[in-house]
Amino acid sequence: MANKYVTEEAKKQIGKAGEARTIEVERGAIRRFAEAIGDPNPLFNNEAEARHTRFGGMIAPPTFCRSLSAAIPDVKLDMGESFRGLDGGSDWEYFEPIRPGDRITVQTKIADLRESAGRLGAMVFITTETSYTNQFGKVCALQRSTAIRY
Amino acid sequence: MAHKQRYFEDVEAGQEIPPLEKHPTTQQLVKYAGASGDFYQIHYDKDFAIKNNLPGVILHGALKNAFLGQLATDFAGEHGWLRKLSVQYRGMDQPGTMVVCKGKVVKKYTEHGQHLVDCEIWLENAKGEKTTLGSASVVLPSRHQAG
Repeated sequence: MANKYVTEEAKKQIGKAGEARTIEVERGAIRRFAEAIGDPNPLFNNEAEARHTRFGGMIAPPTFCRSLSAAIPDVKLDMGESFRGLDGGSDWEYFEPIRPGDRITVQTKIADLRESAGRLGAMVFITTETSYTNQFGKVCALQRSTAIRY
Repeated sequence: MAHKQRYFEDVEAGQEIPPLEKHPTTQQLVKYAGASGDFYQIHYDKDFAIKNNLPGVILHGALKNAFLGQLATDFAGEHGWLRKLSVQYRGMDQPGTMVVCKGKVVKKYTEHGQHLVDCEIWLENAKGEKTTLGSASVVLPSRHQAG
């Protein structure tokens, strides 16, 4: 059966990228994030203790990246105004630590658009991929997240 | 924290990861909204949440992702590295009740000289229902690697 919302035309939005944004990571922002999630790990909170680890200093907790958001490309689907949204989940890959003072370039693109017929009618799955690249051109993290509209 | 570092040799498939209890409050949701920049009102405005057919304010999925990240980085220790982390949200959680992050080791292997441990992880509510499912892949140091 043909898709109701994710038409061939709509699928042309796959690959669309939002504007990249470069953000300087503040030490205080890392601490505040760690405090907000209730994580007392000295790697995320205490420079003196973190210096004795293999990282040689404080780093950001794994999901700190979420606070470094870039523009999410607008996905146009003919669903009207009344659709509801859900966060489906995320897959992360980590390559390099993010440290205080790093300048992280964040960019989000539409990686996939799918549709399935669920219990609640047609459900659309929008998968975005976000890259977090440091000032040395090294990719620190990749995030694939799925938003559900129904 | 001062946890003892876990080594690759200490881990076996089937082993449980030390669980992590969390007691999220409405105050924590507000702090998380501020720290992450996610100001969707269903996480702090009860009237708004109820108008949206929710039982009340609910936890950010991303906060549950962060809790499971903590489970994984605690397991990795100060000399380990969290390589991959995946979460799928399956149910809502409300503040004021405990949630517990749990996990177990699925397999251990060596790849490109790295000692990797794959784990199944999840978050349970107070009734024991798994409201978030996921997996983590962690690099652990080896006792046979000096330094």
